[in-house]
Amino acid sequence: MELTLTDDQQELRRGARRFLAAESSPDKVDAAMKTERGYDPATWQRICEELGWPALTIPEAYEGIGLGPRELYPLMEEMGRHVACAPFFSTVCLGVNALLCAGTEAQKQAHLPAIAAGERTATVAYTEPSGRWDASAIKATATRHGDGYVLRGHKRYVLDGHSADLLVVAARAPGSTGENGVSLFVVPATTAGVTRTWLPTMDQTRKQADVVLDGVRVPADAVMGEPGAGWAPLARTLALAVTALAAEQVGGAEACLELAVEYAKVRKQFGRPIGSFQAIKHKCADMLLLVESARSAALYASLLAAEAVEALGAGGPSAGASAAFAEAASSAKAYCSEAYFHCAGESIQIHGGIGFTWEHPAHLYFKRARSSQTLLGSPAYHRERVASLMDL
Amino acid sequence: MELQLTDAERAFRDEVRAWLEAQLSGRFAHLRGRGGPGDEHYAIEDRLEWGRVMGAAGYNCIAYPKAHGGRGATLTEEVVFNEEYVAAGGPGRIGHIGETLLGPTLIHFGDAAQQERFLPKIVSGEEIWCQGYSEPEAGSDLANLQTKARLVGDEWVLEGQKVWTSMAPWADWCFVLARTDPDAPKHKGISYLLVPMKQPGITIAPIEQITGGAEFAEVFFEGAKTRKELVVGGVNHGWKVAMGTLAFERGGSTLGQQHLFQNELDRVIAAAKRNGAGKDPVLRQRLADAAIRLKIMRLNAMRMLADQSAELSREALISKLYWSHWHRDFGELAMDVLGAESELAESAPYELTAAQKAFLFARSDTIYAGSSQIQRNLIAERGLGLPREPNR
Repeated sequence: MELTLTDDQQELRRGARRFLAAESSPDKVDAAMKTERGYDPATWQRICEELGWPALTIPEAYEGIGLGPRELYPLMEEMGRHVACAPFFSTVCLGVNALLCAGTEAQKQAHLPAIAAGERTATVAYTEPSGRWDASAIKATATRHGDGYVLRGHKRYVLDGHSADLLVVAARAPGSTGENGVSLFVVPATTAGVTRTWLPTMDQTRKQADVVLDGVRVPADAVMGEPGAGWAPLARTLALAVTALAAEQVGGAEACLELAVEYAKVRKQFGRPIGSFQAIKHKCADMLLLVESARSAALYASLLAAEAVEALGAGGPSAGASAAFAEAASSAKAYCSEAYFHCAGESIQIHGGIGFTWEHPAHLYFKRARSSQTLLGSPAYHRERVASLMDL
Repeated sequence: MELQLTDAERAFRDEVRAWLEAQLSGRFAHLRGRGGPGDEHYAIEDRLEWGRVMGAAGYNCIAYPKAHGGRGATLTEEVVFNEEYVAAGGPGRIGHIGETLLGPTLIHFGDAAQQERFLPKIVSGEEIWCQGYSEPEAGSDLANLQTKARLVGDEWVLEGQKVWTSMAPWADWCFVLARTDPDAPKHKGISYLLVPMKQPGITIAPIEQITGGAEFAEVFFEGAKTRKELVVGGVNHGWKVAMGTLAFERGGSTLGQQHLFQNELDRVIAAAKRNGAGKDPVLRQRLADAAIRLKIMRLNAMRMLADQSAELSREALISKLYWSHWHRDFGELAMDVLGAESELAESAPYELTAAQKAFLFARSDTIYAGSSQIQRNLIAERGLGLPREPNR
């Protein structure tokens, strides 16, 4: 296990940076984020067809490229660096992972090739108006009805929920509580009874939606895996998503640092570059410490994520490996969230007035940093998870 | 995350482990875990003897080339050794300044006669060294040092004062930065002299510090003498030599230090479980945070060790700032976890508990060996290329 990027990973990074520097420039981000969909379909098509990113972590058996979290790592850093507007996180980091962790063979066959080909997007709908991120968030119910189920409930904060083609819905057996009784369902977004509403957000680069399930009838084969045993694979899916998000945060934080440093070298006040003043230097030094430390945390989580994914085929990782991965993922999310937010805030401060304008990209990072802090659980939430794993 | 070891490295680890276990079970058993920072006075004579026993067994200076009495240990072996040493509770080493600072300097800058005279006795543990750098008017601004050395016949005669000199009372020799050309600009005109400590021209005045102990001393040179040829790296080239010394630290001790920190944290976690502090939601957050940050410290070190190609990697640059602040925060956390009990000392007149020593001593961590402010300047200038202060 090495905490350094291989040549292949470096190459992936370079390719991603080349593409995103052109196609996810601040102007293009500004245009994409102002649409309700939240991304440019033509660019997404190119991402799918020319770069094959949605296929990256899909096994070759399902017409994917067959790589994993290690290779996803540099890609996520670059998406963070360029505040990419795409349904990538929802489709790949949530949807694909849910199918890999929980899906039946038939479900994987039905959906993964279409996602790999860029013909379908997906997301996970498990959060609800309570705003919680643990199993107690799930109040929606799945009631047996004939051969299938009826889903009722109100999902909220669903990433790209208004645009995704496929929803992975978490619902519980009536009367069940906590991690028991949770099932996951594959639900095409067009299923009768599903109402999806876009929710305007402060961070316009990551879209959220309300998903109301009003007596949605799904067949028995929509259940992913064992009915009632859906929390464990969902938790694993979320740990994988959190790991990817941490990498994205590292990229965002580093972009903030670089923008601030470049500006501090050229902006002159009192007859000298502001970067020659210790007040500015020390801010930048602290940012560098945070960026590199965040990178260590996120890289390590990605290594354990890779091991967890590899173990999926062999009946899942051991309890010890699962706990180690959960701890690494939560540690990375807690640390990288705060590192990114700190760097995004300091970047605005170092830029001064220009950093407060819409014209400058600093606000894109600041808002993305803020929304990412909350997404999939706050730093405090993840520290509490680490505390529990420490038997405190 | 564990080090990846080859069979040979594993064999070396087992050999070290067995030797330490045997030695620290016998007449040196009382030294286990003693003599570290804040506890430097403990059993001096026994620890000097311990250093000689280590030397006789070939465990001092393992990273020195074989030609200079070492084992030519690789970085990994050095890391392994230090981890084992800490894990076994090896006592604070009185000879570490000679081993880690002077020795490498002599190997790099010393002449053959100096190497032959001094290195064997550092390796054997027979001679103890101290460092004469800081002065009352030369702290962070080290080049402002005022101690002077004049050549009188075949001897240098020193006048001046050093301060914060660790190990001074037990040292046989001191490497001293002294001004040998009073007319040269600040950074020129300094020489790196090797000065015997046990002579009439030297007075040592211990400095009682915040912990009540006296691990540092003032050293007064009043006509102290050393032979003409004991200049390292040439007359008036001492600044280059002193700065070069800083670059020799390749991080071999960093994992051992983290092991010490882990031991400290484990004790506080145990205390938190015992006294109920672990159920306090705020303290749970801080304990988890301390654990997360310590893990990241280790990951940063692993990246630094994997990346020895770079002249000075970013991970190496941030290391001191990171660990010193972690340790300082940890000291405060330890006090908060212990609560009312944190005030009670071990015994009268002023014997402090381990937690109190850590809490107080950590205030020096962010000051010595380059204060946090100097570290941030270095990170900003060397790591980020920000411009230097105009007047430096």
